[in-house]
Amino acid sequence: MQTRVNPNRMELLRLRARLSTAERGHKLLKDKHDELMQRFLELVWESRDLREKVEAQLESVSTSMVLATATASPAVIESALLFPKQRLDVQVRHDSIVGVPIVRFDHSWESVGGEADHYPYGPAHTPADLDAAIKTLSEALSDLVRLAELEKAAELLAVELERTRRRVNALEYVLIPQLQESIRYITMKLDEAERSNIVRLMKVKQMNEQA
Amino acid sequence: MSKNKIAVIGDKASVMGFKVLGCEAVAVSDSEQARVALRRLVREDYAIVYVAENTAADILDTINEYADQPSPAIVLIPGSQGSLGIGMEKMRRAAEKAVGVDILPGNEE
Repeated sequence: MQTRVNPNRMELLRLRARLSTAERGHKLLKDKHDELMQRFLELVWESRDLREKVEAQLESVSTSMVLATATASPAVIESALLFPKQRLDVQVRHDSIVGVPIVRFDHSWESVGGEADHYPYGPAHTPADLDAAIKTLSEALSDLVRLAELEKAAELLAVELERTRRRVNALEYVLIPQLQESIRYITMKLDEAERSNIVRLMKVKQMNEQA
Repeated sequence: MSKNKIAVIGDKASVMGFKVLGCEAVAVSDSEQARVALRRLVREDYAIVYVAENTAADILDTINEYADQPSPAIVLIPGSQGSLGIGMEKMRRAAEKAVGVDILPGNEE
């Protein structure tokens, strides 16, 4: 139960002010929660579809890799892949969804000498499956970057959503009922005091008339 | 706006391809190495860290430590052994945490 409060008019006014603040806060938080939820669901569905797509692509990459290592010796493959021709850079932009800070990524390749393709080796000594693997992987990469962005945003939103939900519930089911209960208690006490005062006055008046 | 890099952690076969595309590929052979590598990459301000699922399975606790930080984004990808569904499971848990119930249509268990 709530802590007993002093049943006086001062306390009553104070509690009423607190109640109206709590109700306003509750409404605002509830709106925030609804908006967050909507954005979160969009993110989750999108990232789920994207993940399915990316996982399929990556699986075909591993298949090609296995085929490549079957036709050429691992040493050949390894030395072919030893020196990458490009460097992958990611631009990080800071953004926010409903006040939750998130990051967005833009990626770009920067070639380290040579023409701008992905293959750092000549075609002579390496199996074609290796080319296929790298081609698929390079195609999957932009989706992978997008997936990272979506999943991270969803994760951060999930944390914020949980916090907001707890706050909404705390206000709705604990603080507001408690305040209402206290206000009711004070009103009753004051009414009771008022009534007993009236009775006392009436009694005094009666005694005065009899005397 | 800042320039950052992408890193991949996993067993050798899983990360080999990513190296060609200019990612930082970290080949690890056990969970202890993976843990150390992950912590190092987080410290060095990588924007995105991909972790192969078969490696991630053993270090999920370390990965979850970074879940509520805006950066880096740690994403699980299927490694050389194909998809294990751990990445999807991670999203499922996030959804459950946010909504209070499991909302993604189930596929296992």
